[in-house]
Amino acid sequence: MPRVSALEMDDVPMGQLPPHIQLQRTRVFCASDAPTQTENIQYSGAYASMGVDNSFRLDDFVKNFRVEVARLDEDDIEFDMIGIDAALANAFRRILIAEVPTMAIEKVLFANNTSVIPDEVLAHRLGLIPIKADPRLFEYMSVKSDQLEWLPNGSEFQLVTDNSTSNSNSNSKPKTYTSFSRSQTSLPEFSEDSIALKHNDITIAKLGPGQVVLLENVEDEKAEELVKKCPVNVFDIEDIGEGKRRATVARPRACTLCRECIRGDDWENRVALRRVKNHFIFTIESSGALPPEVLFTEAVKVLESKCEQHTSVIWTDLTEDNGSTELKLVIANQKA
Amino acid sequence: MEHGSIKDSSSSTFSFADEDHTLANSVRFALNQDPRVTFCGYSIPHPADALVNIRVQTTGAPASEVLKDAVQDLMVMCQHVRDTFDKAVVDSKVSGSVKAMKIKP
Repeated sequence: MPRVSALEMDDVPMGQLPPHIQLQRTRVFCASDAPTQTENIQYSGAYASMGVDNSFRLDDFVKNFRVEVARLDEDDIEFDMIGIDAALANAFRRILIAEVPTMAIEKVLFANNTSVIPDEVLAHRLGLIPIKADPRLFEYMSVKSDQLEWLPNGSEFQLVTDNSTSNSNSNSKPKTYTSFSRSQTSLPEFSEDSIALKHNDITIAKLGPGQVVLLENVEDEKAEELVKKCPVNVFDIEDIGEGKRRATVARPRACTLCRECIRGDDWENRVALRRVKNHFIFTIESSGALPPEVLFTEAVKVLESKCEQHTSVIWTDLTEDNGSTELKLVIANQKA
Repeated sequence: MEHGSIKDSSSSTFSFADEDHTLANSVRFALNQDPRVTFCGYSIPHPADALVNIRVQTTGAPASEVLKDAVQDLMVMCQHVRDTFDKAVVDSKVSGSVKAMKIKP
């Protein structure tokens, strides 16, 4: 019998990945002890030995990338980004948290603070209050503390002193705090939305979706047991005729990956709990200044401008190479 | 800023000032999928400094060219993400239907 390379055997598909490797590439396996296959295979030559090109093609990305909005209201958006790598999805999330501009109080000058809240805590709390103003209409300006000037006539000085005297009489904590919202009611823009403790944060949560596959048909009593096992009601029972019933995955979005369904004897062989690696459920909660869909667009623009900025830097480095080559030559000669 | 040698332009380290994991990891992702790249990785020398070093080694092409292509790929991807997202938002405002979670292996 002639010797045949393992990769040239009939049952080894050339040019496409075997199903189990394809599954490992696209899914995170959530077993009862720990998730496996969690990393993304990014290297272009990862499957070169199987004749599969793992390199990135822009047109493939353009073809496969999808966005589906699940929920959109005034302050919240929930959408699915499908066909994007975790690196990019996470970049958008990081930018949304840290780099999309929002208006906030940065410097606070205290004339007199006799409340129970220390100056620095109060200043920090003020800084957390979202201000309903479009940051794109402003230019960023940084002011050093010694440049700050107290303007008693143009500020709310009178009101603040009024409050502080009333607080020193009562000495109650909530009054001290609320007194500051009262001082802002005289400003028409902030009278409604300024100190709103309910929505004074920008929360961004990102989850990979849970996907449940039933490995065998779970029927009758087992089906009922499975429906009961899941605390978030992912499964349903359907009739398959002849008095038989079968469990189905009815609400995969509700799955929190609690792994309750694969706990216990042999359930791991009946239910396969996996996540799709390139499918992200993105939730953006706006602080109110900008609608959430604009926030995401702004975040993508931030990443774009970073790229643009660095391409120009790399490009100038390339074109200036003639100048620096001599310097590099000198260093190389010295080393030699 | 590029740190490399003139004898061999195929491997270089690039220092990006005022950047962090956000850009570096995205660039690493774009670079890794380029068939010309044999190795790439990034590090943040000190968490208190806003500086990342991206190492690029290629099969022969100048590392700076490959990096530039990767960054430009990333930019095109961003534009596409933005366009698709805007379209999806407009669609959802019009119809408001949910088609997600139709997952194929």
